This record gives sequence, structure tokens and C-alpha cells, in this order.
Amino acid sequence: MSDIVRRDPRKEWIARNRLHPQHLEVLAELGQGAASEWMGPAGLIRRNPHAVGFMGPNGLKRIDRSGVQQGAGGGGAAKSAAQSKPLVEIESPAFLVAVVPDMAGGRLTGHDRDLLGLARQLADADPAARGAVLAVVFGEHKEDDFEGAGVDRLLHLTGAEVDGFAPEARLGALVAMDRAWMPRHWLLPDSKLGGADLGRRLAARLGERPATGVWQLEADDEAAMGWRCTARGAAGTVDFQRAMPRLVLALAECAEPVSETRHAAEPLALPEVLPSQLSRIQDLGQVAVDPAGVALSEAEFILSAGNGVRDWDGFHHAAEVLGATEGASRVAVDDGFMARDRQVGATGTWVTARVYVAVGISGAIQHLQGIQTCDKVVAINMDPGCDMIKRADLAVIGDSAKVLEALVALVEQSREEKRNAA
Amino acid sequence: MRPESHHNGSLAVTVLVSVGRHPLTGRGRRADQDARAVELARSLTSAEVELLHAGRLDEGSEAALRGYLGMGFDSLSLLEQPVGADVLPAVAESLEAAGPQLVIAGERAEQGEGSGLLPYLLAERLGWPLVSGLAAVEDVTEGVATLLQALPRGQRRRLQVRLPAIVTVDAAAPAPRQSAYGPARRGRLEVQAAAVMDDADLAQWQAQPARKRPKRLKIVKAASARDRFKAAAAKAEGGGGQVLTDVAPEEGAAAIFKLLKEEGVLR
Repeated sequence: MSDIVRRDPRKEWIARNRLHPQHLEVLAELGQGAASEWMGPAGLIRRNPHAVGFMGPNGLKRIDRSGVQQGAGGGGAAKSAAQSKPLVEIESPAFLVAVVPDMAGGRLTGHDRDLLGLARQLADADPAARGAVLAVVFGEHKEDDFEGAGVDRLLHLTGAEVDGFAPEARLGALVAMDRAWMPRHWLLPDSKLGGADLGRRLAARLGERPATGVWQLEADDEAAMGWRCTARGAAGTVDFQRAMPRLVLALAECAEPVSETRHAAEPLALPEVLPSQLSRIQDLGQVAVDPAGVALSEAEFILSAGNGVRDWDGFHHAAEVLGATEGASRVAVDDGFMARDRQVGATGTWVTARVYVAVGISGAIQHLQGIQTCDKVVAINMDPGCDMIKRADLAVIGDSAKVLEALVALVEQSREEKRNAA
Repeated sequence: MRPESHHNGSLAVTVLVSVGRHPLTGRGRRADQDARAVELARSLTSAEVELLHAGRLDEGSEAALRGYLGMGFDSLSLLEQPVGADVLPAVAESLEAAGPQLVIAGERAEQGEGSGLLPYLLAERLGWPLVSGLAAVEDVTEGVATLLQALPRGQRRRLQVRLPAIVTVDAAAPAPRQSAYGPARRGRLEVQAAAVMDDADLAQWQAQPARKRPKRLKIVKAASARDRFKAAAAKAEGGGGQVLTDVAPEEGAAAIFKLLKEEGVLR
């Protein structure tokens, strides 16, 4: 087709004249049906102020200036934003930065993401010779965003020998990795979830003196590795300024997590098969603890009740069967159904549960603040329009007593099956 | 604990103790975690518990060390070490000579570097297994100890480890008993000479009182003013959660059950 623009002055005139009977047809034909702005024939931007906005519920024209209206579809916006982050690929890295995330509950924790952010700082410091961030993950995981967290290479080790509490087998794998690839930096989280233990074992085995409790890092040409770090010592009362060693155990919030780029997260495999070694520590599995004895602020799984709960015996029974710690909203506490120390929210306890089940809670802003850091929120509620449903990852609209009853029956049935199978 | 579990002789236990520092006054005291370690050792039946400290004996540390003696001990072995020395060789040699079955220590010291590395280095040097973060020792039978390890979020894990072993305790272990004044005065501090190795690295570092860590700012990366305003003012909107309306209670329960299974919170 030719590039010459053919103008139809009559149609342009109709398009300008809103009162013309053919106005809408011509607009659609010219491709300006919904557009409020187009390139004119002379290369100027033409605007049609009448095409902006929409009719509000009371018959008045409303203009939404957020840009949502002009975007093609509102729904896919968040997903396309994730896709549109630039992909950074490092084909032949100058060096490796090895990170061993905790992966509590099979996902990257906030601490892990901070650590990966720190690893990116180290890897990207010299644009001429960029390093690659290598993450080592033990056991099965549920994480699907290694790319967004800043992982270039991913070593995923599975098998019965590295599952559960297996520090010796994991240490063996890390030592084999160290021999195979010689990472320039080792970063581990200094956390109770296992990183602190594994990192110290690795330090003792490699004979490296690690920096523990690191919370700040800055470039320094005089140091051997080119970096200085600030580390907490003496039960958190002293800061040590020191040259950064090869192995670093870092605290949470040591760096900003990666947010603006995507990375390859290319799977890697160890070049050699791990030697099977006799473990001197045998894991007999987790012990059932009384969920009522666990502090609400650190409980992993909370079943929380609100104003919508009528059958309190059924609720307590469900909490017992599920093995969940009980929580409550302010209303349930004020009405005397639950103890004050069970209250969740800004005026009660700020909880950090991985799974939070809200039964009959509409979700006052104070309550939602209290559950900010929960990973998965499940809501059971009668009202489909309440704020808790908006926050929840899974919401069931219905009578809470009946849903809980059915849930208890399911759990008991599955336990029965497991017992029969065993 | 069952008393018959130790009928094949008593269990030799050594507790590594250090001089703590009160977080408010800065005075010397029993280190909290080490005192818990002593308490754990005291709770073992038919165990011969010995206390071992490596460091300098002066006025401040003597009061703190006598605090451990007040938990029911006649004596404490003290390996003489100057300030800023690496105590690893001295402690390792002493343990090799004494040959205990179980070594209990606190997780981290309250003074000095406080990196919590000493138990790991000892385990590596002696070739013993190490278990960290203990809540209780349940049983010791025929050279195998059954331990209860404290996990975050109040969870517990049961482990079996072959002795000799090194274990560390943290704040999840039982609270220490009060130190009695009389036994603390009567107890002996047995000072022994030991090899001294200087910690050259530590001397090079600059130490200063910990300053408050900067609070992380909430960075909003938004293109438009409306997004920035929303991030600052609006409450959380629906994150694309799944909503089940008009379903039978059984269906809803099945969906919840599936999620709980996936998250692994059902036991």
C-alpha cells in the first residue's frame, strides 16, 4: 500500500460535526470510535474532548484520569507489568555469587529476597565483568518467581538425603559446589530458619572466617575483596567495621530486594554425583506441639473468628482438629467469646502466620493491618463485598459453621485414610 | 525422663560457659544462653557435669563465673586466656584431654565478636556431630541421645545423634534456676594454664557501639501521581484472589483443604 494519506474532507467534516446523523458511523470507520486522541493528517495530535470519559450512574459524564480507561484491558495490567520488566541475561559470568536461601515453607522469604538483592549488588558492581547470582535450593519448593528475585543460575537439589534436617548432606553438597565452581562470594541468611546453622558449618568446613550479622556493605578499594561490611556482634551491642570476607551471613534488610529486572534463573546441575555419607544426625520428624501454647505472634497457622461466628463449640473443635492456633477479631473479644490475648489486629497482636483462615471476619482496617505479613489468607464469610474477601487469596461465600464442619470432616477422613494405608 | 536409661554408667557432660553482659547496665553477669545450657545439663539424670570457661580472671568476670557455681557446682575449670585471644585451641585441647560425651554451649557470646562460631569450629576440629538450637534432651541410651530441637514459630523437631556430640541451646531452652549465694561463694575456680593464640583479625576491625539501623523506607515505584497516592493512602485491594460464591459447603471446604495441604500446615 502506498504511504500517501488519502483524505476524505467530507468524512472529516462529519467526524467533526457531532450533530451529524452519520457522526458515529464515520468515527468508527475512521478508527476514532473510542479514541479521544489521534494523529491528524498534518502530523498534529488531534483531540476529541467529547470522546473522553463515560456516563456516570447519575447521568453525568465522568472522567477517569488514571489512564485505566484508555488502556486496552484493566485486568491484564499487573501481569503485563511483570512481563515488561527488562530481562537481564548473563551468558558468560566473570564470577559466581552463591546464595543459599532458607526457603521457609518452600518459598523465598523476605530475608531471602534481601539477600538476593545484596548478591545482585556484588554481581553487578563492575559493569565490564558482571558476575552471576547462583541460588542453591534444597528439597521441593513452591516458588515461581526466582526470575523476579534476581537469580541467574539455579541449582535445585532434591532427594531423601537433603530433605528435613540434614545439615551434613547439605554441607556435603555445598562443599562439592565450592570445589566445582569456586564461587567468589558465599551469602547465607543469618536466620533461625537454618541459614545461620548451615552457614557456620560451611565456614568451619571451608576454613573461612565468615562475617556474621552483616547488615551493611560498601565498596572499598583497600579491602581484599573490594568491599567493607558492617557486622553486628556481642549480642547486638557492637558494630564491627571490617573487610568483607568470602563468606557472609547477613541479617534481614541488608539490601533492597530486586524489583526492576528479570533474570534467567537457568537451571544448573552439579558436575559430579554427591557421595552418599552416613549421617550421624537422624531426623525423627517434627513433634506435634500444642497449638494453643504457641504465641499468636509467631504461630504458623491461625484460625481466626469474628462477628459472623455463631457456633463457638464448632469453631473450637475445628481449630483443634486442624491443629491451628486460635485468633479472634476485636468484636469477638469484646463480646467475650475469646480471650483478650487472642485478638489479632492493630490493637491486638500483629501476626506473621503463613496461613490465616478468617471465619466470619469482615476485615476492618485495623484487623487487615494486623495480618499484613501473612502469606495466604483464606476467608469464609457470608458477605461477598467485604474487605476481607478483597484481601483473601481464597474466599468461600457461605455459612461459616457448615463450611467448617465440612472441612473438619474432610481432614478427619484424610487422616483416617492415611492411618489405614499405614 | 526415665531413670533406668542411664544404668550403664554416668554421662560425662561439659558445659562451656562465658561471661555475659547485662544489656542495660553493661555489667558482667551469667550469659543468658550459657545459664540455660547449665540448666539443661542439670536436668539430665546421673550426669557428671563440669563447667569450662576460657578467659581472664578478674573482678568483673569472677562475679559472673561465681553465678554459674551458684547453680549447684563445687568447681569450675578456667583456662587462662588474655583478652582478644582465640580460645579455640585451648578449649579443644582441654576437651580432647577430658573426653566428655556431651558438650553443651550457648549459641552466641554476649561479648566480643559473638559470631557463634566456636561450637562449629570445635565440632569440625574434634570431628563430632553438632546440633544447634536445642530445647531439651529427652533421653540418652547406649551412646545415642534423643534431642528436641526448637524451630521458629514454636515448633519442635526430634533428632537422634550419636555421642560424643556438641549441642547448643538458645532462648527456647528452659529458663535457668536462680544462682544461690552460698554455693557461689564456696565454689572453687580452678585456674589452669593453656596455650594462647592471638586473634589477629579481630584486632584489625574497628568496633563501635551498635548504632540504630535505619528503618527501611517503603519505596513506591509508580508512574503516575494517582498510583503514588493510592500506594500512600488506599487500603489493600484484591490481589486476584479466588472467590467461590454459590457453592455447597463441601465444595468450599474442599478448596480450603486443598490450599492447606499445599501449604503443608496440616499434620
